Amino acid sequence: MTGLVGIELYKIFRKWRTYIGFITIAVIVLVIEISMLIEGENYLRFLTRNLSSIFVFEGNFLNGYVMSYLVMGALAIHIPFLITLVSGDLLAGEATAGTYRMLITRPITRMQLLTAKVIAATIYTNLMVAFLGFISLGLGVVLFGTGELIVIKDVLFIFSQDDILWRFFIAYGIASLSMMVVTSMAFFFSSLVENAIGPIVSTMAVIIVFYILSNINVELLQSLKPYMFTTYMQSWNIVFTDPVEMSELWNAVLVQSIHIVFFLGLTFYLFRKKDITS
Amino acid sequence: MHAVAGLDLNVYEGDVFGFLGPNGAGKSTTIRMLMTLIFPTSGEIKLFGKDIYKERKYILSRVGAIVEKPDFYGYLSAYKNLEILARTSGYPVTKKRIMEILEMVGLDKRYKSKVKTFSHGMKQRLGIAQALIHDPQLIILDEPTTGLDPQGMKEIRELVISLSKDHKKTIFLSSHILYEVEMIANRMVIINKGQTVIEGSVNELLDATEARVNIEVDDPQKAVQLIGETSFNGKIDSVTGNTVILFAHKSDIAPINKKLVENGLSVSSIVPTRSLEEYFLNLTEKVE
Repeated sequence: MTGLVGIELYKIFRKWRTYIGFITIAVIVLVIEISMLIEGENYLRFLTRNLSSIFVFEGNFLNGYVMSYLVMGALAIHIPFLITLVSGDLLAGEATAGTYRMLITRPITRMQLLTAKVIAATIYTNLMVAFLGFISLGLGVVLFGTGELIVIKDVLFIFSQDDILWRFFIAYGIASLSMMVVTSMAFFFSSLVENAIGPIVSTMAVIIVFYILSNINVELLQSLKPYMFTTYMQSWNIVFTDPVEMSELWNAVLVQSIHIVFFLGLTFYLFRKKDITS
Repeated sequence: MHAVAGLDLNVYEGDVFGFLGPNGAGKSTTIRMLMTLIFPTSGEIKLFGKDIYKERKYILSRVGAIVEKPDFYGYLSAYKNLEILARTSGYPVTKKRIMEILEMVGLDKRYKSKVKTFSHGMKQRLGIAQALIHDPQLIILDEPTTGLDPQGMKEIRELVISLSKDHKKTIFLSSHILYEVEMIANRMVIINKGQTVIEGSVNELLDATEARVNIEVDDPQKAVQLIGETSFNGKIDSVTGNTVILFAHKSDIAPINKKLVENGLSVSSIVPTRSLEEYFLNLTEKVE
């Protein structure tokens, strides 16, 4: 299996489209952080406009941690799109290229082939999220230094420096899980079609439709909201509260894990007896 | 209506076995089922005497195939494509082995080139290379000369003959060109509507039926008259220019030639041709 995963990773990283995601993330982070370097004080003043009459802010509040926290907002739409570019291509790309025939006539089972692809997709997805964390934190700390992390929700949270890194570590872990839902869904769509564009468009369409549905204030839709994966796409943010709502966190992990198992399980089930006609 | 039903093929070790049939006869469907790309609605498929679904890994490790046209990862080199496919097969491939196979198919000089720069003929040869890379006993080739120019067809046919003679591989060659099978194969089967029409030795099967024979002579009218005086009367198809076209068994060609020459005619050429369609019609007429 290690050999098969290695082959799948090799194929992924020999494709130009794989690097689009990493380059885009680097550009997004660079633009955001340089913009903040130029106009960050105004942005911070805007954010704290309602609080400045009550609190006196002292210290380096525009720091690398705040930058990384702001950048994580891209995990809602932008990063999923970049992930589908690769995960949507994993099976459909083989169909488009006609290489399915070469692979499936090898003395390995379809399950082995799919498992290798899923592991490779998981590694790719986690690398993408880790890259986002590494570059946003790293560049942020280089450009802005370190300091306390201010998080404004319904309540104002100020995390001291020694209370931040573990939160980021868990937050990126949760973010990886959310992105794995996207990966597994794109993988599922990828197993159904013979063109890589289809899974990318379908996955993004589902994400956008679910976002829209979960924001419509109708009782029926609101009752479905706890079961929609899009409800948990920003669940990494749960760790930036004090104390961390553990039940909320575990619920997010559970619902997203069920989605991953559902999409991958369905893919494995359908692919087991799928006729390869491409 | 089934695409393939009750098909029983007897391919022996060392055979070059021609798998013939008109378009839509079920050739590709059969090959796709043999290679587990598609599944039969019912029944079982056995290869090497074992059930393909129960012993899939064992069977496929002994089979190499080109199913329809060979497609590769165009962004990778010929060498890397072969390495990937060999490793996917679980075959402990070495650089020496890959280069040997590439040399066998005449692509060793282009081993570093990306496959997207290859011509169709080169891809076909690389297709044969990938079918050989894990050293299988049986090579299944699905219409390997389709889309090739005459030179490319000749090269592939020579390669197939070499695989059989020099490398002792058993070849299962699907084709809709009877001439191709006649040149390469020792045994063949013709299928239609997913069922066997006839199976046996190529020589025996083809010698038993008439071929269309084109005889080019200096005086075609006299040739028709002479042939009409013999037992071949009534089998003349047409006269085009200096060419008399008739239907005859292979064993009849020499006596016809003798008759024409003895009567002072100058015979420029005698070309027997046999298309699958004609052969197939001939067979079905006999059956009816």
